[in-house]
Amino acid sequence: MSKPIVATTSLAGCFGCHMSLLDIDERILDLIELVEFNKSPVDDIKEFTKMCDIGIIEGGCCNSENVHVLKDFRKNCKILVSLGECAIMGGLPAMRNNIPIEECLQEAYLNGPSTKGHNPDGIMPNDEELPILLNKVYPCHEVVKIDYYLPGCPPRADLIWNALVALVTGDEMKLPYEVVKFD
Amino acid sequence: MSSNIQSIVEKYGKNETRLMDILHDVHCENGFVSDEEIKEIALLLNISKVDVEQTLTFYHFFSKNPRGKYTVYLNNSLVAKMMGRDEIAHTFEKATGTKFGTVSDDGLFGLYDTSCIGMNDQEPAAIINGIVFPKITTYRVKELVKSFRMGSSVQDMINSFGGGQNQSELIHAMVTNNLNRRGAVIFSDYTPGEGLEKLKSMSPEDVIAEVKNSNIRGRGGAGFPTGLKWDFCSKSPGDEKFVLCNADEGEPGTFKDRVILTERPSLMFEGMIIAGYAIGAKQGILYLRKEYEYLKNHLEFVLNEFREKGFLGKSILGIDGFDYDIRIQFGAGAYVCGEESALIESCEGKRGEPRNRPPFPVQVGYLNQPTIINNVESLSSVTKIISNGSVWFKSMGTKESSGTKLLSISGDLKYPGTFEVEWGMSINEMLEMAGASDVKAVQVGGPSGRLIAPNEFHRTICYEDLPTGGAMIVIGEGRSILETVMNFMDFFIDESCGSCAPCRYLTVILRNKLKKIIDGKGVSKDLEEIVHWGKQMKIANRCGLGQSAANPILTSIENFRGEYEAKIEKGKDYDTEFDLNSAIIESSRAVGRFPEA
Repeated sequence: MSKPIVATTSLAGCFGCHMSLLDIDERILDLIELVEFNKSPVDDIKEFTKMCDIGIIEGGCCNSENVHVLKDFRKNCKILVSLGECAIMGGLPAMRNNIPIEECLQEAYLNGPSTKGHNPDGIMPNDEELPILLNKVYPCHEVVKIDYYLPGCPPRADLIWNALVALVTGDEMKLPYEVVKFD
Repeated sequence: MSSNIQSIVEKYGKNETRLMDILHDVHCENGFVSDEEIKEIALLLNISKVDVEQTLTFYHFFSKNPRGKYTVYLNNSLVAKMMGRDEIAHTFEKATGTKFGTVSDDGLFGLYDTSCIGMNDQEPAAIINGIVFPKITTYRVKELVKSFRMGSSVQDMINSFGGGQNQSELIHAMVTNNLNRRGAVIFSDYTPGEGLEKLKSMSPEDVIAEVKNSNIRGRGGAGFPTGLKWDFCSKSPGDEKFVLCNADEGEPGTFKDRVILTERPSLMFEGMIIAGYAIGAKQGILYLRKEYEYLKNHLEFVLNEFREKGFLGKSILGIDGFDYDIRIQFGAGAYVCGEESALIESCEGKRGEPRNRPPFPVQVGYLNQPTIINNVESLSSVTKIISNGSVWFKSMGTKESSGTKLLSISGDLKYPGTFEVEWGMSINEMLEMAGASDVKAVQVGGPSGRLIAPNEFHRTICYEDLPTGGAMIVIGEGRSILETVMNFMDFFIDESCGSCAPCRYLTVILRNKLKKIIDGKGVSKDLEEIVHWGKQMKIANRCGLGQSAANPILTSIENFRGEYEAKIEKGKDYDTEFDLNSAIIESSRAVGRFPEA
């Protein structure tokens, strides 16, 4: 039997969840035995080259590119997992959700302490190459269907490890209290 | 320090539990309570500023900012919408040049939405500076705004008086009674004092036994046996005991107590005195919703009359040691304060957040003393029970539901108004009585009750079958059930006190799911989730509001599933409703980019 294929990405996140994935330490060698990686920052494959079994998403969606990537994952992965607070709830980036986007942009490029007086033409980044910001930060399941959620900020390495092993082996997932308590 | 605030605070004995009254009086001066005034009140009462602030901001008729010289509160309940409320709102906005929720630039007009004001039989209705304007038309709106601009007072604009006591000098209201059917208990012949007269030959125990024997159950909706409540309270140890009369009728579609308060206040006050005698209380409080402030002088007059007749005061009716008086406590706009423990909190000058139970109010109530809280209609009925006897009372109604019930019937029908009927009337009979035909659904007991379909119209109104606090909203053919439910969900979101997380969040989540279905983006899983999550509301919230907040959506799915399913997307098992194009419009505009559609 061929190995299950895993893809990962970080959208509007801080890469902390990916760091936590690396925190499985030497078990990463076991992981390589268990699964094959496709599109992921782990192996730097930029585009999907085949259909994957598991897609792991870090971060929510704050711009149009996030949405395209997430939809691409949904299309190319049989199972999608929201990994961590930002993917599940929007997280820290979603703190801007109570402020109109125009105000956010003005604060960042016109009125902020580091820009005030230095942007006389009032230019806001608007290159066609740049993704455009969404009106608010969306958790992943508000954009596509998500099958599983792994909570934490970041989720503990053991939680990620246990979840992946359970998904790959089909065994029931171990969820000891220590890996899901957050205080 | 302003001497005015000082005198108000002193008027209430510098008592922090009278904060509602203090805020009420200060608010009346300018139409808002400023930051400076909050500080002064806190200082004088020796409490913290946030203690004052948290009470002030809980109630929607209180404000920290000016709300205009003319403050319009337009009802946005379901029946108001049915009767064309949205067009009235639009006309107000156009005429005043300001939007709802804001004050016009010149500070003249403030427009605000408000939950049901107890005028469902004469919608659309608004309260302007405390005066009720029922049956408003677009023409009337323009006339009002024009006159106000020319400096007319709100009183000047009263152009007619409703019938009965509404035209008395003490009320002078445009409100009509619409008392369409008088029954044998509340609206029968009555001489003030007829119940009290009997007390001379009855011990408090006799009174409780008589009330118990009548089998009367609470008329507010919950249906707890009144006699049992009194018995518990009389046996509870406490330094002092209290009688609270709940006149907060906030359930959208209820307006029956308004008619009692207008036409039979003596009957109710007499019931409060009888209750005080039975449990050994020295003080009664009528908790009156702010919406009915226009009845204040009328009610105070009746209380003074009672004092003159010796029905209130020291040694009432010559009964040694029976000292008792009643005061009126105003609410300030909060549906949840109709819940008995929230009502107590409000009477104590706090936010109207329900308490944990037990202990029950009969053990630990107002000022932590044993307290009974009864509905206006319950107490009014008690007067007649004492006056005519429990056997007479039990001869009416059904086995478990004795006596009569006031129904407030409104919506799509010919004769909206209050009807006093014996328990046991069927919904079909009720609809015939009120002149309703082509009925699609009836909301029994207001939003917190049940939405029933014609296949249940044979059921009878009584505790054994269809219990109700009296609100009956008739929904005609051609109305959308989903839109109806939407209005109720918005209502619960507005009125949740926010204490319990499920009530705070799940109401919004359920509303959003409903919106999704209405927008044609719902899938069958959404329907399953609504039902599954909605049921959690019953077990995970502290008070009746939270426990019943999912009722409209749950009972409508139960009885009108077809209307939901017709809107559900076929062949899709998941739809997030996310639309990239609309999600980027705002920022595209902000940076000057115009994306291709």
